[in-house]
Amino acid sequence: MSYMSNITRPAGDPKVLHAGRSSLGPADRLSRALGWFSIGLGITELLAPRRITEALGMQGSESLVRAYGAREIGSGLLSLSIEKDVGLWSRVAGDALDIATVATAMRPGNRKIGNVVLTLALLAGVTVIDVLGAQAVTVRHKRRSGTRTQYSDRSGFPQGLAKARGAARDFRPQQPPAAPRLAQVSG
Amino acid sequence: MKALVWHGKEDIRCDTVSDPEIEHPRDAIVKVTSCAICGSDLHLFHNFIPAMMPGDIMGHEMMGEVVDVGSGVDGKLKKGDRIVVPFTIICGACDQCKRGNFSVCERSNRRKNLADKVFGHTTAGLFGYTHLTGGYPGGQAEYMRVPFADATHIKVPDGLTDEQVLFLGDIFPTGWQAAVQCDIEPTDTVAIWGCGPVGQMAIRSAVLLGAKQVVAIDRLPERLGMAEAGGAITINFDDESVVERLNELTEGKGPDKCIDCIGMESHVTISKPDTVYDRMKQMMMAESDRPHVLREMIYVCRPAGVISIPGVYGGVVDKIPWGQAMNKGLTFRMGQTHVNRWTDDLLRRIEQGQIDPSFVITHTARLEDGPDMYKMFRDKQDGCVKVVLKP
Repeated sequence: MSYMSNITRPAGDPKVLHAGRSSLGPADRLSRALGWFSIGLGITELLAPRRITEALGMQGSESLVRAYGAREIGSGLLSLSIEKDVGLWSRVAGDALDIATVATAMRPGNRKIGNVVLTLALLAGVTVIDVLGAQAVTVRHKRRSGTRTQYSDRSGFPQGLAKARGAARDFRPQQPPAAPRLAQVSG
Repeated sequence: MKALVWHGKEDIRCDTVSDPEIEHPRDAIVKVTSCAICGSDLHLFHNFIPAMMPGDIMGHEMMGEVVDVGSGVDGKLKKGDRIVVPFTIICGACDQCKRGNFSVCERSNRRKNLADKVFGHTTAGLFGYTHLTGGYPGGQAEYMRVPFADATHIKVPDGLTDEQVLFLGDIFPTGWQAAVQCDIEPTDTVAIWGCGPVGQMAIRSAVLLGAKQVVAIDRLPERLGMAEAGGAITINFDDESVVERLNELTEGKGPDKCIDCIGMESHVTISKPDTVYDRMKQMMMAESDRPHVLREMIYVCRPAGVISIPGVYGGVVDKIPWGQAMNKGLTFRMGQTHVNRWTDDLLRRIEQGQIDPSFVITHTARLEDGPDMYKMFRDKQDGCVKVVLKP
């Protein structure tokens, strides 16, 4: 996109020749990928809940699947936002909920038991990725106080605070020239 | 040359770009010696300001040496001059410029038609900002083109360091204007929300202008410590109620003057439910800004007081208690900074030693490290308050 936007820029403006390293880290990119995945899955759950319940032998749970779809979209939006840590941890909580719900289909007589096992395995895999992603994002963006935290000697007043108090009381805003007089429209 | 380029949300890169060229007789080319990351750059970083384009060069707080001038600069600048570049581009000749209303210059926005449609009427062109304000390439770069250069500059006298004068281009006059438009009286309590770089400058300005007491509000201990060093009484809103403490400090009357140095990205916390509400609406694009500070100021301000807003707002805000504001007879003053209206006076104060704005610099880095510094500044890591980059 940056290269494409070059064609819209005036002749004298600099154009991107070679893109450098991004402020986005791998954890941020993973968060974006999971965010879009979440939104895609959420839309599928909202639009085609019956196909999901039939595949898992969970007919009658369509409303629940739709609700989970809305939850997925919420988590996805958060994962794409600057509060991506909240988004990814909400995905982890959602994973737990999904596993608990799908596990109820592990009952004798469910003819789709194979799909259920496969789904649980996939959910376990996604949970691992979500946990790793959430941890990485949390660590990357955590406020660390570091070494430079004492600024009690930085008054900004070379002559001292006491002398600074009221030192600019002499200030008078520059008076801009008076506005042009309006043209007279009558006599 | 190298420049910090916006590629999308949270995606700033140090790219190789072509050199800027003189486009118009009134242009100049400046070799940037120092530039800074501003708090409002973070609004762009977060993609909360509309009409950015991938490939835009960031930066609106910069200074350097003039290396080329157009034929129309008319002797007002010459090669070798050392200048601070104000973030507002000004023609110096339109009706608004003549009145000193430089941030609403009528001629410098090269996307005037777009601005007319969005704002009702155009405002000035700004460096390194949205295309609503011209989309001019910014100064987080090795070189930059300065349009209307004969008017858009502040000449630096010999003997002053970059660090002493760099902030004349934005945060110092911004904090100063915020305090000046409060019409501070010697009996006034001035409350300032936000102890970031602009907040720190507003605190010093209110002290210099002689406020009885200056109260600074934030949650980060290092920023509150810096505010205290500048003469402010501090309130950590994580630890105590802002409204209760301000009333206590003013014998129940409320602060006479309130300054919002936060703007559109108020801190989101469950303990203040309106901030969560705003964030959710913002995420669903039903509201562009989070005006918690504005609501709190309107509520706590003394009747007939002044609300001064240097903090940047981008679009539409929701649930503003206008009934409180109207019935209390509050005065609102706001706007982008009319930088050149204030800089002669502020430069004199720096030269006289009344103030040294370099106190706010906590980190200095190479331009190539810019992407990491954006992240550090945004995440408030390592006590970061203000970053200066050296191209």
